[in-house]
Amino acid sequence: MNRRNFLKNSLMTAATITTFAGLMIKPKRLYAAWPKASFDITELNASINSVYGHNNLDESSEVKLKAPDIAENGAIVPLNVKTKLKNVESIMIFVENNPQPLSSGYNLSSKSVPTVGTRIKMGKTSTVMAAVKSDGKIYTASKEVKVTIGGCGG
Amino acid sequence: MGNIFHKFLLVLVLVNITAYASPEEDLELFRDHFKNRFPNTEFSDYKNGVYSIDASSREQWESIEDFPPYELNIEDGERLFNQPFKNGNTYSSCFENSGIGIRQNYPYFDEDTGRVMTLELAINNCRKDNGEKPLSYYKGGPMADISAYMAYTSRGNKFDVKIPNSQEALDAYEAGKKLYFTKVGQLNFSCADCHVYQTGSKLRADIPSPGIGHSTHFPAYRSGAGRLVTLHERFAGCLNRVRAKPFKAQNEEYRNLEYFISYMSNGLEINGPGSRK
Amino acid sequence: MSTIKLRAKESKGVVTVKAIIKHPMETGQRKNKKTGEKIPAHFIQQVIGKANGEEVITVNWGPAVSKNPYLTFGYIGAKGDTVELAWEDNQGNKDSLKSEVK
Repeated sequence: MNRRNFLKNSLMTAATITTFAGLMIKPKRLYAAWPKASFDITELNASINSVYGHNNLDESSEVKLKAPDIAENGAIVPLNVKTKLKNVESIMIFVENNPQPLSSGYNLSSKSVPTVGTRIKMGKTSTVMAAVKSDGKIYTASKEVKVTIGGCGG
Repeated sequence: MGNIFHKFLLVLVLVNITAYASPEEDLELFRDHFKNRFPNTEFSDYKNGVYSIDASSREQWESIEDFPPYELNIEDGERLFNQPFKNGNTYSSCFENSGIGIRQNYPYFDEDTGRVMTLELAINNCRKDNGEKPLSYYKGGPMADISAYMAYTSRGNKFDVKIPNSQEALDAYEAGKKLYFTKVGQLNFSCADCHVYQTGSKLRADIPSPGIGHSTHFPAYRSGAGRLVTLHERFAGCLNRVRAKPFKAQNEEYRNLEYFISYMSNGLEINGPGSRK
Repeated sequence: MSTIKLRAKESKGVVTVKAIIKHPMETGQRKNKKTGEKIPAHFIQQVIGKANGEEVITVNWGPAVSKNPYLTFGYIGAKGDTVELAWEDNQGNKDSLKSEVK
């Protein structure tokens, strides 16, 4: 191999190694990855367990869950969770009779005010449970939301 | 009271006499019917449809209206409305006041063509006049977005649908009224069955909305469909529900129907696009 | 054109952020009526909320969240803060938007 080809090959190899090395070094994630396992679970207790590692829940009037008694439409059910509990690390919303009970999870920061809201799909009448992790303990509030199907309006 | 009203209009429809009650008289009877049925509802609130008569669904609706999904459509609609056609013209050239704040002027009876003109038909006519293909009235899309934007710029303006003193205009109005009160389909329902006689009652899982105020809030973002639905698509939907063969959107029958129900909504503010289930 | 509509208002030291995101939030369970095949799952998995570059909330969503999803949360902040919302879905699509707190 002549000198020119040798250099060309070396440069290309060097470039390849640098690129390859660059690809190997993943940027450090600033936040936890999406919890796929929890979102796949189809049973409520197993779902809770997968999120917290246990099922020790304390029902508490300090957790305020706002949800309609009868959902006007199961496609958009407005939910709101708030609490005055301190040091809230996370808020989770479980819908017992949905195909996967864990609907959403909110991981808070020290700057957060523990209030979250969203709109969810519900397939049928179900208990909706809001779970707040405060100072390591899990506090919950539940409400049955009725979902009707079979209207005349279509 | 309801029965007398029913018989009165039924007679008119069945006999199809030339000596019609005037539209003004119809309107008064219509309004009285709803005033008696819903004594606690303020007239201006009828623009909110079923939410003017049902507290539990109203609360959820208000929650959604705080930040409704149709805001995305209004944004798209504005962009589409301002986008020039291939020939350089824009929609604003087809409408008075550049197309802003004019929703309440439709439908109107066009004396020249002898037909009812609706806003969405006018949008497509504008396209046709400028060498563009028509937009579909079904399944949301750009027509619904543009219609939503134009409704949005007209919010607060009141319907003041006129019926000119000509036989043609009166015939169009009467045709719309007749369709409204005619039982159709396998289930043998008329619009009036749900929206005049059964409004406020539970019809399976639904509460039919009152018959005044329907066209103020269309196109409607229906959460079940997850998109905007135009008024004529909704007419077709209702006819499907009673298992009748629906007409095509913007056909003469539907335009006359829109003429009738909009006249019945005179005095109510435009508040489209609306959120519905 | 952003997929995000963002509102951030401060009152008594608390900033309330509200957002609507244009997204189908397809569960993966629905079938195409014509072909009978399942429409693939397509939903937002994470939304990161930041204030002045600092992360204030990590939202994990499943397909049960409604189409054109809505989100609201609060943090301790001030008028003039820059709030940023960034989302990523299960198909690798992303979008983000910044807005000033009023």
